[in-house]
Amino acid sequence: MKITKHEVEYVAHLARLQFDEEEKEKFTSQLNDILVYMDILNKVDTSGIEPTTHAIDLTNAFRDDIVKESVGTEVTLTNAPDKFGDCFRVPKVIE
Amino acid sequence: MEYEPVIGLEIHAQLLTDSKIFCGCSTKFGAAPNSNTCPVCLGMPGVLPVMNKSVVEFTMKMALATNCRINPVNRFARKNYFYPDLPKGYQISQYAYPLAEAGYVDVEVNGDKKRIGITRIHMEEDAGKLVHDERSPSSYVDLNRACVPLIEIVSEPDMRTAEEAAAYLRRLHEILVYLEICDGNMEEGSFRCDANVSLRPIGQAEFGTRAELKNMNSFRNVQRALEYEISRQQYVLESGGAVLQETRLWDDSEGVTHSMRGKEEAHDYRYFPDPDLVPIVISEEWIGEIAKTIPELPLEKRERFVREYDIPPYDAGVLTATRALADYYEETVKCSGMPKGASNWVMGDVLGHLKEDKLDITSSPVKPKDLGAMITLIEDDTISGTIAKEVFGEMWKTGNPPGKIIEEKGLTQISDSGALESTIDDVLKANPDQVGQYKSGKEKLFGYLVGQTMKATQGKANPKLVNEILKKKLSAL
Ligand SMILES: [Zn+2]
Repeated sequence: MKITKHEVEYVAHLARLQFDEEEKEKFTSQLNDILVYMDILNKVDTSGIEPTTHAIDLTNAFRDDIVKESVGTEVTLTNAPDKFGDCFRVPKVIE
Repeated sequence: MEYEPVIGLEIHAQLLTDSKIFCGCSTKFGAAPNSNTCPVCLGMPGVLPVMNKSVVEFTMKMALATNCRINPVNRFARKNYFYPDLPKGYQISQYAYPLAEAGYVDVEVNGDKKRIGITRIHMEEDAGKLVHDERSPSSYVDLNRACVPLIEIVSEPDMRTAEEAAAYLRRLHEILVYLEICDGNMEEGSFRCDANVSLRPIGQAEFGTRAELKNMNSFRNVQRALEYEISRQQYVLESGGAVLQETRLWDDSEGVTHSMRGKEEAHDYRYFPDPDLVPIVISEEWIGEIAKTIPELPLEKRERFVREYDIPPYDAGVLTATRALADYYEETVKCSGMPKGASNWVMGDVLGHLKEDKLDITSSPVKPKDLGAMITLIEDDTISGTIAKEVFGEMWKTGNPPGKIIEEKGLTQISDSGALESTIDDVLKANPDQVGQYKSGKEKLFGYLVGQTMKATQGKANPKLVNEILKKKLSAL
């Protein structure tokens, strides 16, 4: 096995996802299949090929430092599940 | 056992761009909550960030000013975590390919120079702001600051005292401000500092377990927090305990650091390359263009002032505190030809009046040209130093040039010996007792007679001439 149920639980916790036992077993097995497939990909000879992070060969896509109009407080808060004044309201966070 | 502190600093500086790093929203401080926002900085699904070119160029400036190597290929990464001030659930930052690496700055502590290494400088977006309400079970989120451009500057663990750390912090601060890429305002949070500190027995190569210090929003607090934390760890180690690896918050009012234990989880940010932003390729030509825009930096300027104007290092330090002040001083020197006189007036009366009126040097009502002219008038004995104070006060109030004020108020120094001789004759006649005592050996009374003469001329007499004539007349009596 490439990945254990314990690791699935850990990643699920980081992603704030809750699974029951059956789902945990299922995802462990599915993620394992994906990782086994990576082994096949790893057999491809990539010596002399630069690692890349993108499929397209594009660099330096810039914009100039110019202020554009913002959407405003009202629009910003339209979808807020809870708000107070001009702010989103969330359960108390203590740093 | 003797312990040695090991300190490293992480500094976040907000860049002075007009718009945010990945969208066109304004970065202005103090706007109504959630008004400088758009779908990109709110983290709406389906939007795409586009890189602000000025952010790259500002970061390159800092890299060059701190002797860093600029990496030819830059990539962005996602740092994944959940917090209410982070709309996307990840922060766009740089991880494996930061813009700059392996630099240094020199600092001075108690006259000794020390080189502090810089590990890396990278670009990232800021998070929003959380406002807590003591009386309610809620926190409030303002996303104006989300997506505002930051650079993070990570030092090597090269500092050994709280003082060195404060000196390094000041050096980076003044470089950022000189480059005009950060306003350096610690209270508004545009310049923030976290510190890593550990202790190890002297002579030991490995580092001890470190604590991370947060929540220090002034230079003074950084130094105080480090001093406290060093003695705390020393106490823990000496009493046989172990320092825990943890984050500790500085409490300004109590003057101590508190553990955040229990409120903190082990972080696992699962960085991966951001697929929405393409790599940034930086050519030698581009670096060359940016290098041309780097001004003379504070330390170089300081050393040049000492060399060129022959003023003490302390004075040079005061005069180069900001670029605008240094320019003001140099312009005054140019207009007067008197580096020493210029430094006395700028450091004394100009800075004093600015402080009193809560003004910035750029809005000083007295311009360098006029201050220079006034210093020249003192030098050629047109006015005395005492009168100059009065003239300067009037220049500050009216913004008029010194020549006009002197003429209008009739403040020209009396350098006509004929006129002074008769005034002094009057003074001697009016003070027979003092003259008698002087003649019988009480030489201190000479000063009194000079004072009386100055008073009789409303301070306008040339003091050198008064001394001369008075001495001559007294010895003739
Ligand atoms: Zn925006």
